[in-house]
Amino acid sequence: MDISAIIFYIISSIIIGGALLAVTSLQIFRSAVYLLFSLLGIAAMYFYLENNFIAAVQIVVYVGGIVVLIIFSIFLTHNSGMALVKPKPKKVFFSALAVFVALILTLNIITQYKFIPENKIAISSDIRNIGLQMLNIAEFGFILPFEVVSILLLAAMIGCIVIALKRN
Amino acid sequence: MREIGIEQLLVVSTILFFIGIYGFITRRNMVTMLMSIELILNSVCLNFISFNKFLHPDKLDGIFFTLFVITIAAAEAAVAIAIIINLYRSFKSIDIEQADELKY
Repeated sequence: MDISAIIFYIISSIIIGGALLAVTSLQIFRSAVYLLFSLLGIAAMYFYLENNFIAAVQIVVYVGGIVVLIIFSIFLTHNSGMALVKPKPKKVFFSALAVFVALILTLNIITQYKFIPENKIAISSDIRNIGLQMLNIAEFGFILPFEVVSILLLAAMIGCIVIALKRN
Repeated sequence: MREIGIEQLLVVSTILFFIGIYGFITRRNMVTMLMSIELILNSVCLNFISFNKFLHPDKLDGIFFTLFVITIAAAEAAVAIAIIINLYRSFKSIDIEQADELKY
């Protein structure tokens, strides 16, 4: 087993272990911190796949933005340190059963399917290529979704302010 | 031990997806449900990146989809947290089973 495979398995165990603890922990703040580890593991996986820009975006947006937002909302809505309500054992059993069956089915399909890689010249996924193609108005450019997403972000920002505004 | 290919990455993202589904079903707290949704979205992003990397290395489309998913996830988390804080003001709780009334 070469070093690359060992690194891959370490990163995957961080991702999956963090995710498992995040969905089962009964302390909500710990749950958020485990989520943070899982998201950092995903960013490490993007570095492993040589997508440096996506990894940087993942760290900035998820770790720096969303998890901080979640922790803020935990502090605003909880007495910190209060344990969560334990889910009913029946519910846990049946959800775990359903998820397990679906997982086995999907893994079965994935391992049996023969993926055929295209033997084409790989294009470098550095920030220059990404920026040039994203803001391209020719064919295969992504300028229209880019603008639509910017309007969506503006709408989300205004919507948040309107929803969370204190009325008296 | 085989070399790391697309199958191993898809296995990791599938496990992550179903962990997110499990959390979404079993949790009753809205903030933890939001965390499960983030896990699901992340597994989808990982899928896009690995398909782009191993099956279509001559294109960048998977990267663009991942960028848009991350953007929309950020917007969604912000709106969801605004709604959660608003619900907490009216119900003094963010348990999903106690928030059973609409405006009227």
